[in-house]
Amino acid sequence: MIWNPNKECMSRDEMHSLQGKRLQKLVQYVYHNVPFYRNKMQAMDLAPEDIRSIDDIVKLPFTTKQDLRDNYPYGLQAAPPSEIVRVHASSGTTGNPTIVGYTRKDLAVWSEVMARCLTAFGVTRDDTFSVSYGYGLFTGGLGAHYGVENLGATVIPTSTGNTEKHIRLIRDLKISGIACTPSYALYLAETLEKMGLSKDDIGLRIGAFGAEPWTENMRREIEDRLGLKGFNLYGLSEIMGPGVSYECQEQNGSHICEDHFYPEIINPDTLEQLHGGEQGELVFTTLTKEGMPLLRYRTKDLCTLMEGECACGRTSVRMGRIMGRSDDMLIIRGINVFPSQVESVILEMSEFEPQYMLIVDRQNNLDTLQVQVEVRRDFFSDDIGRMLSLKKQLADKLRSVLSISADVRLMEPGSIERSQGKGRHVIDKRMLK
Amino acid sequence: MTIKQLSVFLENKTGRINEVTKILARHSINMQAFSMAETTDFGILRLIVSEVDRAVEILREANFAVMLTDVVCLRCDNVAGSLSVILEQLAENQIFIEYMYAFAEGEQANVIIRPNDITRCVEVLSDCKCNVVKEF
Ligand SMILES: [Zn+2]
Repeated sequence: MIWNPNKECMSRDEMHSLQGKRLQKLVQYVYHNVPFYRNKMQAMDLAPEDIRSIDDIVKLPFTTKQDLRDNYPYGLQAAPPSEIVRVHASSGTTGNPTIVGYTRKDLAVWSEVMARCLTAFGVTRDDTFSVSYGYGLFTGGLGAHYGVENLGATVIPTSTGNTEKHIRLIRDLKISGIACTPSYALYLAETLEKMGLSKDDIGLRIGAFGAEPWTENMRREIEDRLGLKGFNLYGLSEIMGPGVSYECQEQNGSHICEDHFYPEIINPDTLEQLHGGEQGELVFTTLTKEGMPLLRYRTKDLCTLMEGECACGRTSVRMGRIMGRSDDMLIIRGINVFPSQVESVILEMSEFEPQYMLIVDRQNNLDTLQVQVEVRRDFFSDDIGRMLSLKKQLADKLRSVLSISADVRLMEPGSIERSQGKGRHVIDKRMLK
Repeated sequence: MTIKQLSVFLENKTGRINEVTKILARHSINMQAFSMAETTDFGILRLIVSEVDRAVEILREANFAVMLTDVVCLRCDNVAGSLSVILEQLAENQIFIEYMYAFAEGEQANVIIRPNDITRCVEVLSDCKCNVVKEF
């Protein structure tokens, strides 16, 4: 099923022309309402009239996370305070949090795009849907909540918390769909089994998973243990929250709601726009946002864009899996290494906890990389040969993914320091020297 | 005819073995024998203790990765050549020893053996009238 075929299946020409019109209007709007953008454009000798089609977007300035921090709290807000009806904030791991204000129309767009996602996952009015993202300043809970309501399914706002109670609700209320992080889904499966129940005791059929990176292996494991089909739900709070892109039944990339969020891929070093499916940094322009519209916001997420009509009938551009982050890139022996590459290898191997630490150092003028991982309790073996072969298996996979060899260290479970939120996974000792 | 050995995964870090022995001491669990197998970054501490199930429980509670392994413990005279006779028997019967460790107390010596085929190993040892220890 398709929620809004007019937009989701629009011909490419119509889409480009719609995007062009919306971009022109957006540039006029921010030029006259956000001094930050007006100053930037004036410094570039750029007038709103210079933007005539969507292709002119390359003339516009970028916006970075640092710009959001520097303009804390409301510096980038375009709508007057009286028009703002809700505020969300993203957790700042460093420095100021990012404050995002939404107008009534922004919230309507948000529940529209969320309804598109849920419909693509197969949710209908007959479903009872549990939203188990955190409700609060984080966009996940409320964003998904209003999407479910807009679609007309029954929403159960379980948020996060008492998992056993949650499972009883899933069973007793015949909950058929759930939105949560993939790691919470795994925890849910664990708790279910601890309670002596199995997937056959509950009727979950659809999972909307996002807000953290996950792998095909995790998808299979969640699907096996919860008896549902899991879909990727992508979003970021600076742009809107969940609902920016979504997987359809084909699960070949995530369709972007590009009538509202215009995607570009750029080379993070030269800032040039890339085409033809090349990998680079994902950039979004909020074509219709009123509260805090952003021009060319650099997500730091590295991925590719896929054009071409999907077998599901949608024509919108799809984004591939996030392959890494452009900001935490390490250069080791001249090779670009992303902690997320190491992470995806570790997440694919069930023998390890999803915890790791990269220690980069320089010995005798040669960069060294040590990867510390925790062996899961259930996989610990008394056979030292098996432990060494596990270590070698990981080292081999890392070498094939990173193109450099890493010294793998097996650690005790629980020994790598847990950090709140997006963990810090790198100690670069070269910088200390 | 086999006994349970406790295997604990340890990082090679100063004081880590001491953590294990301290916890066991605090719960009055006696270690009857132990050995340490190590590599450059990690080791496996193998223990024979007085109350094995309780030891597993308290070590897991303290976040250690612990597992139980079946081993054979045999008692022989603490004199030259007695172990050699037994090992020869095992070798003749194609039983491969993954690891072993021993401790002597007075007239007797106890040998802990982890064979590749534990059932066969127990059979061979009983056939040759070895003194296999059933429990400590
Ligand atoms: Zn599709």
